[in-house]
Amino acid sequence: MSIDLKTIKHISKLSRISVDEKKAEKLAGDLNSIFDFIEKLNELKTENVEPLTSVAETTLILRPDEVKSKNLREQVIKNSPKENEDYFVVPKVIE
Amino acid sequence: MSDITKQSLSDLVENIKSKKLSSSEVTKAFVERSEKSKELNTYITEDYENALVKAKKFDEKPNYHQKLPGIPIAVKDLFCTKDLRTTAGSKILNNFVPTYESTVTQNIWNEGAILMGKLNCDEFAMGSSNETSFFGNVQNPIDKNLVPGGSSGGSSSAVSAQLTPITIGTDTGGSIRQPASFTGTVGLKPTYGSCSRYGIVAFASSLDQAGPMAQNVKDCALLQEVISTYDEKDSTSIDFKRNEYSKELTKNIKGKKIGIPKEYRIDNMPKEIEDLWKKGVEYAKDCGAEIIDISLPHTNYALPTYYIVAPAEASSNLARYDGVKYGFRAEGENLIDMYEKTRSEGFGAEVQRRIMIGTYVLSSGYYDAYYLKAQKVRKLIKNDFDEAYKKVDAILTPSTPSSAFKIGEKTNDPVSMYLNDIFTVPVNLAGLPGISIPAGHDSKGYPLGLQIIGKAFDEQNILNIAYAMEEKINFKNNITDWWLK
Repeated sequence: MSIDLKTIKHISKLSRISVDEKKAEKLAGDLNSIFDFIEKLNELKTENVEPLTSVAETTLILRPDEVKSKNLREQVIKNSPKENEDYFVVPKVIE
Repeated sequence: MSDITKQSLSDLVENIKSKKLSSSEVTKAFVERSEKSKELNTYITEDYENALVKAKKFDEKPNYHQKLPGIPIAVKDLFCTKDLRTTAGSKILNNFVPTYESTVTQNIWNEGAILMGKLNCDEFAMGSSNETSFFGNVQNPIDKNLVPGGSSGGSSSAVSAQLTPITIGTDTGGSIRQPASFTGTVGLKPTYGSCSRYGIVAFASSLDQAGPMAQNVKDCALLQEVISTYDEKDSTSIDFKRNEYSKELTKNIKGKKIGIPKEYRIDNMPKEIEDLWKKGVEYAKDCGAEIIDISLPHTNYALPTYYIVAPAEASSNLARYDGVKYGFRAEGENLIDMYEKTRSEGFGAEVQRRIMIGTYVLSSGYYDAYYLKAQKVRKLIKNDFDEAYKKVDAILTPSTPSSAFKIGEKTNDPVSMYLNDIFTVPVNLAGLPGISIPAGHDSKGYPLGLQIIGKAFDEQNILNIAYAMEEKINFKNNITDWWLK
């Protein structure tokens, strides 16, 4: 299998990471060598195997939906790279 | 006492309880040694002044019933610490100050310990050499320009160099055990669900687990006892009966059945590792254990499985870093452009690589071929262990396929870097506990570790085996303090 530059551009778009030509070529090389290594799994027949989604064999526990933390609005907002009073600020999305 | 920093955690606790030492004396000693050790680059954020204030407060009103009374501890910078910057080794979290405390660190402070600072690690714990950190690589105290392992490289280096009496790391594919092995220290990865993941910056949620890193097995058992609690804030935390690991620690392992998996004899395994393993078998026999050959047939498929499952979960977990609510932001022409630039400039190369792999294996048309396939193979790997544990109580393997390597030696070849975790990754995939103990040196004088893998929730048993073997091995670390200023 080979991951070409077009695929890299597609993944880059899906993962919201911009890549230029040079970076795309480097990534294609790296990803191809990693996928060559991953292809080993195809040696195994797994049609009748149940997928393992979690090693912790527990059922989820329900609890009352109560707010337990104090009002942290100010501290939370302070971590934002750009804020205006009580709001996070992002580039304009509606023209 | 001039040699405070040379003392083990257990000795320091004893000396504080018997009032031979105050918390201030101990804290000051570790702070001073840490300050003289900047060349190792173990700390990302220092909190020395606060630590000294807290130590003074402890001494004014000491509580000797606590398990870690007035003990200063630095922790991996993957644990959220309230009001103290937490970076996960990444530029994207460079200015992030958590509004809450991770459960594991809270448990440590509840027992009287004092935070000294945050330790370097690979970016988002993705790496095996601490070279992917935005804050630079870490030196291994064993030798100059040697990696300390990763991702908990700042932690392993700090314990080995005696900058902190003990620490905690996290282990997703070997990130506690491999650096422990590279630095001549002890590292335990507990059973999945033993320690809460609440407040730990997420890498791969079905594999991540916090655990102690220590100078010896007894200290390791004591910290495990403190950090392992059931926590309703982590939906995968498991409510099981936890031992008082340090109190129940025993060297009597007579009759314990220890398995030797033939598949761990990999191609091109260095003779030194093979010899170490053989020596390990002899030590175990000397302790009265019975050695049994076992088979874990799918061992060779563990790494490829891991490099699908872990990046897939990581790509999903790291989707939250969008430059809006916290962390670094790069300006862009519009919202999408801002996201893409933020993530491209904020994440390092290895993290981007893994996000890309993860996004690809989860993307439409490839999910079944990769992600689902990997989950099925993961089941086969777990079945191997379940089968083996019908015959044995624990499994003995080398911790790593080599000793520590030079800084820069493997940075250009991701796959050769990944191969470092060949003996540790299967344990995470199966959710089992594993401990690495120092067991010898290679021809260069670098430490080598042995790994003991246990049944789920059987930490006590592997701690006991490690404790018994530790005495027989009688390992001494060759630390020369070359970096001290």
